[in-house]
Amino acid sequence: MYSPTYAAPTTVDEAVGLLANASGSARVLSGGTDLIIQMRSGRLRPQTIVDIKNIAGTIGIREEADGWHVGAATPGAEIGENAGLCAAWPGVTEAVQLIGSTQVQGRASFAGNLCNASPAGDSVPGLVAAGAKAVIAGKNGKRTIPVEQVPVSPGRTSLAADEFIYEFIIPKSSGKTADAYLRFIPRTEMDIAVVGCGVCVTLDNNGVCTAAKVSLGAVAPTVLVVDAAAKALIGNKLDDATLAKLDAAAQAACNPISDKRGTIEFRTKVAGVLARRTAAIAFSRAAAR
Amino acid sequence: MNDISLKDALKVVGTRPVRPDGVDKVVGRAQFGGDATMPGMIFGATVRSPHAHARIKKINTAKAEALKGVKAVITAADMPEIVSEEAFVGEGPMNFRDLSNNLMARDKVLYDGHVVAAVAASSMSIAKAAAELVEVEYEVLPHVIDEIEAMADSAPVLHSDVFTAGVDPKPTKPSNVAKRVEFAKGDLAAGFAAADKIIERTYKTAPVHQAYIEPHACIAAFNADGQCTVICSSQGQFMVRAYCAKLLGIDISDIRVVPAEIGGGFGGKTLVYLEPLALALSRKAGRPVRMVMDRVDVFRGTGPTSGGTVKVKLGAKKDGTITAADAEIILQAGAYPGSPMGPAAMCCWAMYDIPNARAVGVDVVSNRPKVAAYRAPGAPISTFGTESAVDEMARELGLDPIEMRLKNAAKNGTKALYGPTFQNIGYVETLEAAKAHPNLQAKLGPNQGRGVATGFWFNIGGESSASLAVNEDGTLVLVSGSPDIGGSRASMAMMAAEILGIEVEHIRPIVGDTASVGFTFLTGGSRVTFATGMAVCEATNEVVKQLRGRAAKIWEIDVEAVEWRDGSAYPAGDNAGKFEPLSLADIAAKAARTGGPITAKGAVNAQGAGPGFGTHVVDVEVDPETGHVTVLRYTAVQDVGRAIHPSYVEGQIQGGTVQGIGWALNEEYIYTKDGRLDNASFLDYRVPVASDLPAIDAVLVEVPNPRHPFGAKGVGEVPIVPPMAAVANAICAATGVRMTSLPMSPPKLKAAMDAAGK
Amino acid sequence: MAKTHVTCTINGEETEFLCDSNQTVLDVLRDDLGLTGSKEGCGSGDCGACSITVDGRLTCSCLMLGPEAEGKSIGTIEGVATGDHLHPVQSQFLKHAALQCGFCTPGLIVATKALLEKHPNPTDEEARYWLAGNLCRCTGYDKILAAVHAAPAEMRGESA
Repeated sequence: MYSPTYAAPTTVDEAVGLLANASGSARVLSGGTDLIIQMRSGRLRPQTIVDIKNIAGTIGIREEADGWHVGAATPGAEIGENAGLCAAWPGVTEAVQLIGSTQVQGRASFAGNLCNASPAGDSVPGLVAAGAKAVIAGKNGKRTIPVEQVPVSPGRTSLAADEFIYEFIIPKSSGKTADAYLRFIPRTEMDIAVVGCGVCVTLDNNGVCTAAKVSLGAVAPTVLVVDAAAKALIGNKLDDATLAKLDAAAQAACNPISDKRGTIEFRTKVAGVLARRTAAIAFSRAAAR
Repeated sequence: MNDISLKDALKVVGTRPVRPDGVDKVVGRAQFGGDATMPGMIFGATVRSPHAHARIKKINTAKAEALKGVKAVITAADMPEIVSEEAFVGEGPMNFRDLSNNLMARDKVLYDGHVVAAVAASSMSIAKAAAELVEVEYEVLPHVIDEIEAMADSAPVLHSDVFTAGVDPKPTKPSNVAKRVEFAKGDLAAGFAAADKIIERTYKTAPVHQAYIEPHACIAAFNADGQCTVICSSQGQFMVRAYCAKLLGIDISDIRVVPAEIGGGFGGKTLVYLEPLALALSRKAGRPVRMVMDRVDVFRGTGPTSGGTVKVKLGAKKDGTITAADAEIILQAGAYPGSPMGPAAMCCWAMYDIPNARAVGVDVVSNRPKVAAYRAPGAPISTFGTESAVDEMARELGLDPIEMRLKNAAKNGTKALYGPTFQNIGYVETLEAAKAHPNLQAKLGPNQGRGVATGFWFNIGGESSASLAVNEDGTLVLVSGSPDIGGSRASMAMMAAEILGIEVEHIRPIVGDTASVGFTFLTGGSRVTFATGMAVCEATNEVVKQLRGRAAKIWEIDVEAVEWRDGSAYPAGDNAGKFEPLSLADIAAKAARTGGPITAKGAVNAQGAGPGFGTHVVDVEVDPETGHVTVLRYTAVQDVGRAIHPSYVEGQIQGGTVQGIGWALNEEYIYTKDGRLDNASFLDYRVPVASDLPAIDAVLVEVPNPRHPFGAKGVGEVPIVPPMAAVANAICAATGVRMTSLPMSPPKLKAAMDAAGK
Repeated sequence: MAKTHVTCTINGEETEFLCDSNQTVLDVLRDDLGLTGSKEGCGSGDCGACSITVDGRLTCSCLMLGPEAEGKSIGTIEGVATGDHLHPVQSQFLKHAALQCGFCTPGLIVATKALLEKHPNPTDEEARYWLAGNLCRCTGYDKILAAVHAAPAEMRGESA
């Protein structure tokens, strides 16, 4: 009969030790909004569950010189209550708050959303577009990698068995830089993204884009960084020609599947639509800074 | 009997008191199916087929039985083999053998999720682990999911003994087409010949689940003396009793079914899925067994309503007069015959007075869960087709959709296609009320459109029982046999209070178990306020008669000289003598000395349920780039006869409408290529959430039903009939694209708009 | 596998229980503590019928493991009323007929109370989005929203 071991370490070293020495499979528990469902359905049956929420720094938000440090297991609701982070990164913070219901927001975290490694995770394109990094703890200490390097395929991450995400560092935004995230779902809430799009842009004083990062979710096995879409924006104002190029670049980058949530054709078209709409929001936010 | 025209004289009926079972429900104390316990209770779990169609070669239960804590394992071998026999127990004809095989597959599994074994153990986790240890060897067979594909000669045949009924000559080969029914009047060919315009379309609908939030749950005890108790959530304790008795070969008197609170049903709890299994497990284990489905099992293993194909041909004159109407409705029955194709055919043209009309229903089995009733079974499917076609006709002829309907509306004296001649119907009144509603004048913006559609449901009566007892202090206990699914205890108490002339709070209404109240047909067909209400009124009138008799005895005058009003006995006029009025409490206090307890029963087989009609108006906005539909405004007008508790009548209309919006936009069963249900969760089976919706304006039109003491008509089912066509018509108005397939989900609508170049 | 011993506060009372590591808080509440007001509609965080608060924050009890409750303060539907005095959200649900079958009602009341504690006067849109994770299949949500909007006045003591 399935009966896992639950552990709630209070230090990083203890957690790493538990993960490294676990007999059988081990899973990190943050908010649990994916893990517990998967355990219940029988899709995952980890022998060891390591709850990281009692480790100092895994919950909470600090503004430091190198950026915003967001504890890996900080729930979406708490992120949404941090006025400073929400003002600096409206796209990132709105994205994480789109995951599930108000109830799910009481638990769901960046780390869980990222490590579940679904191509459709709402918070991922936002983090990627903003240039966020994941701080990963393991038996060899901590290492920091761009968020987009965490998922490698649906359900799989680049983390070693002894590793877990301790926190995220989201750079400080400066000047006329702003982000946005939009997703398409059939209802207004409670759905998995059919397509998600994160855009971060920097403008000069004339409204011309000087830097951009565009990220798409749910249109490929992992979150996409679409350089061609960023190129379509850089050096341009947000006019019809730019939007058309952006739309085409976003669609060209798509490599989706047809499934119960959307067809290849629909996902591809909507990726273009969302890229335009998200960019428009990001531009307008950046221009207002 | 009260004069139903005297609405102003009513003191309780038509008001909005707090429901008597309300506090328990807002503090979390109400006992639903999965909340009850029994001493020594153990836990049951099911083993379900992963295949859409397969022969069961062998089931090995040894490993499961060997697991510590397992108390019983059952398969079909532990259930009596039932012979084919049709009976009317639930909300339609039912073959007991099919129901038995649906509960627990005997030779073949016919759908993904079909139960093949069940276990009981000392904890739920042990039961689940044991279920995984049951080894079933299958021979996988070819399967068929779609109803049109199932009709093809090359399709795998599900049942070797199903031959199409209702066709001549009688077929010699078994078929997935179980039955054909036809309703016709006039001369179709002549009607179409007389038409200036003919519209011919094929519509498709997806199967949708009732999606009650409470999964099926029960607890059952089979005692050593053969007496059984079942506590469960269902739409009919007597239905559960009858099925358990039949399927397990037990006398009805040996089974007592206690109705728990029911967490939604909408027709889906008019069948049994767990109760006979729990009893069979209990018999084997010698312990009470609780069984609770999880959501995945609810989607995979219980009945949604049919998906189907609706072929419509409609002919009309330039002025909008419909000259001929034809519809063929092919419905999925699921794994066993019994789709609601009959009512689908009967309802689809019932809003209209058409001289030449036909409606054909076809019942087709395929490898899906057996369908169950869902709110106005069949009518929403066929009406999506017919009301879309009527809208298209109005559009083609340049007529206002409400005027087009008024021109052809069924009225008193109209003979319906399915037989009866309508009396006291309020269809035209709903159209007129919709026409006068501000919704119809509201301005629309870009990408927005307005749709109108109407709908019909018979409503039914049937057998109901109630009893009323006066307590020692003059308060009362009212027992009825109808499970309360949406506030019926309140309306029952209100009708009794109205007749007694007392405050409704002085009556405690409860739902009786099968051993404490007379037989009552299940809660379905929008029958409870009508039929059980009549039983309650009958019992109450009898109590009033007894109260007058007691007063007569106390005053030593003739009973005819006592009248009852405002909760007290009065001498009827000066000739009767001068006496101080006697209140209910006064008479109750003297009950022992005047003849003993004051109680009465009401038992009816109610006839004359007033048919229900509704007219819906919806405004939508379509995102032209994504196909996403936003419902901006919704007005649902319905003839309700007389609203006993208007809040709960409005609630029925609002709830039914929103289920219809879900059916229109996003709800569907999605299958993988290998016949497995791919969206068995509330994440991907998308019922409407609060943020999807605007306010739903429920407009009550009251054309009283003279057959009911207060004029009530059934209200629960009509509101789910019009929304799918109303939304499709609104989408067409917004985009110019006519959607003929449900759900009108964004990928489908976007593809249709792209194909049309819109 | 040995069970985990957990000490927490439930509706203001210190509570101890033993649980398996893969039991959810909902399982513990319903099966071990007799608090059956929290309902299981889906077991996957999609319906909200099991809504509770944990240290004041709204969550689904089906999405939290029993051992995670250690040291936490949990609020359930059974703790919303004070003795026989209904919370304004409860009395307004009754007054506005905001329930039919009543199965989703405990979760909706817990969620609504949490909403009004954070946003004392929510707009209709705010309320509808806050409650989007509480499925109700009976009412179409219309009367629920009426109750939600009526409750703040009673909470401020402006109506009975």
